[in-house]
Amino acid sequence: MAGEKNVLIVAVPQRGALPPAVFELITAAKKAAAATGGTVSALVFGTKAADFAKQLGERGAEKVLTVSDAAYDSFVDEAYAAATAAAAKQEAAGVLLLAASVAGRSLAARLSVLLKAGVAAEICEISGSGGALSAKRYQYGGNIVAEVAFKSDVKILTVQPMCFEAAPVEAGKAAQTTPLSVPAASAGAQVASFKADEAGEIDLGAAERIVSGGRGLGNADGFKLIRELAHTLGAAVGASRAVVDAGWIAYRHQVGLTGRTVHPKLYVACGISGQIQHLAGMASSANIVAVNTDPACPMMDIATLGVVGDVYEVLPVVISEIKKRRGA
Amino acid sequence: MPLNIVVCVKHTPATTSVSVDSATGKVKTAGLAYGLNPFDEYAVEEAVRLKERVPGSFATALTLGADSADAALREAVSRGIDAAALVTGPEFDGGDSYSTSRALAAAVQKLHAQKPVHLVLFGKNTNDGNSGMVGAMTAAWLNWPSVVSVKKIESVDEASASVWRAMEDGVETVKVKLPAAISTIKEINEPRLPSLKGKMAAKKAAVTKWGAADLGLKPEEVGAAGAATSVTRQSPPPSRPAGMKIEGATAADKAKKLVDILIERKII
Repeated sequence: MAGEKNVLIVAVPQRGALPPAVFELITAAKKAAAATGGTVSALVFGTKAADFAKQLGERGAEKVLTVSDAAYDSFVDEAYAAATAAAAKQEAAGVLLLAASVAGRSLAARLSVLLKAGVAAEICEISGSGGALSAKRYQYGGNIVAEVAFKSDVKILTVQPMCFEAAPVEAGKAAQTTPLSVPAASAGAQVASFKADEAGEIDLGAAERIVSGGRGLGNADGFKLIRELAHTLGAAVGASRAVVDAGWIAYRHQVGLTGRTVHPKLYVACGISGQIQHLAGMASSANIVAVNTDPACPMMDIATLGVVGDVYEVLPVVISEIKKRRGA
Repeated sequence: MPLNIVVCVKHTPATTSVSVDSATGKVKTAGLAYGLNPFDEYAVEEAVRLKERVPGSFATALTLGADSADAALREAVSRGIDAAALVTGPEFDGGDSYSTSRALAAAVQKLHAQKPVHLVLFGKNTNDGNSGMVGAMTAAWLNWPSVVSVKKIESVDEASASVWRAMEDGVETVKVKLPAAISTIKEINEPRLPSLKGKMAAKKAAVTKWGAADLGLKPEEVGAAGAATSVTRQSPPPSRPAGMKIEGATAADKAKKLVDILIERKII
């Protein structure tokens, strides 16, 4: 297990903000550094880099490198990889942590080849001691947990959102901030424009609570009720493959093997029987509530709390009860 | 101008309901039915659609695997792909995404040398390993641009493409110079089933086979020897604690009890 032992958090911004998963990386990085015996630093990008450094500092990052160039305000893997490689060299970092987002996965792949580094992708657990580092990740759509060890000097981990607690803000904490100058990288790709999803939607991957609907809703209108419960709980809206294929709701809401993998603290499955392909994406949720007319469906088997009943009779009462108790 | 397309596929277990051999701590793959990785169907379909969009274009399916992986290539041909290449040999056994992408990149480079390649298409990930890294890593080995999570190829010519990249918060339009690698997602199309004509073509298709030496790679650069990670153990996920059925005379009773318990357990 040769290689540098310091840990570098690669904090990729999105639309001028740090995604919440970045704050979870601080916790993951401390765990990795405890295993390797190294220090933790972070790398931030773009015109808001100084602000990002402040945010990370408040949450316990001790050292932050900033690449404050407007060229990094949108994500292109080649440019980000060149800057990250320079930071890793300067910090003598042998462990790189990225959020397992679209950008994070894309960047990890580019860095892997650039730094001759192995990648443990979409990991949910970090362990190791005495310099060695290993990680756990899901395979076979959540049916298998694989323990991954590294053979390379440099080790890259992309971390699943919601697997580590976000590092809390601690009063009076600040990071030592150092500007990093990197040569402008030439890239073969560039972001030309962006169109946001519906305003006010909570992203599935970063959601602490998710309310999902399936075939049991009967029709597309059923998602009004799902959205109402989600709104009441401050939850994101999920869906099964069947209803996405039926056109009841957009693909970005799909949870499961061909959709998103989620690990919320609460997953409310409404009228979802629990096909293997759906369970693959959500079975590791901390708490699962199943509402279904079928007491023998697979979702009932894995549910923390199961309610046998019609979603149209159960959910309106759940919504009014929650509102009532909050009002009281 | 016609496009030269490579679509990378994998022959994977047709199910994700697999069990672990407790003696070896590895997934039991013997006896499982294998097929074309379901996510690759979208990449194959997109290659066929590009052929339809740009007449005269040519698409080659490429995979790395055992001799039996030939079946995934023939499945791709049955869906409208023109040619097939299989990277195979004992030296490739036990690879990870790092060494596998290195070999795939060498094979793409070989095809590129024969006739310039414009696009290399991939599925989102495989249904067995699930890492979703190989597409973008192959691009990195080739030093070509890559775009992952692509839901639409808006326009393409021999020099550049404009694609839609699905992000967590919306959709980016990305302009990319070719040659480039593109990893697709399910939204990009609805794959068609193989045609009868396609099935006939698949039976007759000649599959080109390459070993490490044919690709200019040393044995220590591929398979387990060239891997940067290893899976030390596989196990079933921890079983969930037994759940609780909420009883009640009416749906409203059950709903109230549910809210009680959620609050009591500080879940909401």
